[in-house]
Amino acid sequence: MSAPLQSVLHPAGPDAAIIANLSWVLFGGGAVIFVAVMALMVLSMRRDARPVAARWWIAGAGIAFPVVVLSALLVWSTWRSAELSPQTSRGAMSIGVTAKMWWWEVRYHDPVSGREVVSANEIRIPAGRPVYLGLTSSDVIHSLWVPALNGKMDTVPGRVTGLTLHADKPGIYRGQCAEFCGEQHARMALHVIALAPDEFERWLAKEAQAAAPPSSPLIERGRCQSCHTIRGVASGARLGPDLTHVGGRLHIAAGTLRNHRGALAGWIADPQAIKPGARMPAALDIDGATLQALAAYLEQLK
Amino acid sequence: MRYHFPLPALPRARPLCAAGLCLALLAGCGKDEAPQQVSGGDPVKGQRLMAQYQCAACHTIPEVPGPAGNAGPPLEQFGLRSYIAGGIPNTPDNLSRWLDNPQAMKPGTAMPDLGVSPEEARHMAAYLLTLR
Repeated sequence: MSAPLQSVLHPAGPDAAIIANLSWVLFGGGAVIFVAVMALMVLSMRRDARPVAARWWIAGAGIAFPVVVLSALLVWSTWRSAELSPQTSRGAMSIGVTAKMWWWEVRYHDPVSGREVVSANEIRIPAGRPVYLGLTSSDVIHSLWVPALNGKMDTVPGRVTGLTLHADKPGIYRGQCAEFCGEQHARMALHVIALAPDEFERWLAKEAQAAAPPSSPLIERGRCQSCHTIRGVASGARLGPDLTHVGGRLHIAAGTLRNHRGALAGWIADPQAIKPGARMPAALDIDGATLQALAAYLEQLK
Repeated sequence: MRYHFPLPALPRARPLCAAGLCLALLAGCGKDEAPQQVSGGDPVKGQRLMAQYQCAACHTIPEVPGPAGNAGPPLEQFGLRSYIAGGIPNTPDNLSRWLDNPQAMKPGTAMPDLGVSPEEARHMAAYLLTLR
């Protein structure tokens, strides 16, 4: 992908394109007015400059110009903003996102079984159609922002807010928590992965399945199941991210590390060095060989 | 009427000599020796590979971006260390083999085999030995 992972200046969907268009008009208009003011200032410093009566400045540059320019801008931006996607689940696929300190729980609805499919820190969507995100938070106010796809939307504890994401074509778009939420706010990223519609359906069907292989004594030994669910191995815990298909994600720890065996091992051994304050404790009683096996097990949970 | 007081000429050469002497003394601290050479190893490529394999998830490494993990030892001044993993002599060959497959050299170590190729391991060893 040539466009940067996270940029408002490289819109990848209709809503982000409108926002980018509004921004460019504002930047352009601001630049023109700035240049005009500087030109007037230079003219006023010429020796043979003719004085202009103060009432002309007030009536012209102080009243008439802003009224005309700002009114035109108001009408145009209102008309343009009305073209933004409505923030509604009607006619759109719905995905639930709960922001937590400091990661994102993502819930899909499996059309086959009707059950919820829980994942984390990665929102996979079908490209070319609107997807409605029902947003909430389980602790403090966060804000979900995927600059290439849409504006920001706050997630508020006890309330559900909504945001529509619409990616024109398949790609990876990085997002970030955009409301300061504590120590690890900066390491609370997520990735939106837009897939071709049929590819998305295949992925969701696979994601809905239980983990394979279905059992691992290592998980119990590490007491991972106190906080993490691995469907088919240990269910029920919702404190930490669902790990059923963790090996299939691009990153771990909410965009902090790219996902591979070494990163998984380093994270399990001492998350506090990598993301101080994260809710996951360091592994104090896991020997080297077990750590290796644990990381290898998680890596193949695709 | 203003008076001009002639300033005494500063002995300019002396501080320079002193600085030169200090440098000469510092040079005796061993850091001036060229780092051990790794055949076929390019430190610049090695540094890039250290970032690619996210070594910083476990190690604090100067000049390698990452979260400065704490699960493994910090690698500052690694080129001046005598031993790898607390007992293996820190030679270019040993270091390359260690990076390639740590388990083979010290079974049970917490350092994973990351699938580093022998060639990549030589680049990374070359970089690590420049840290001094």
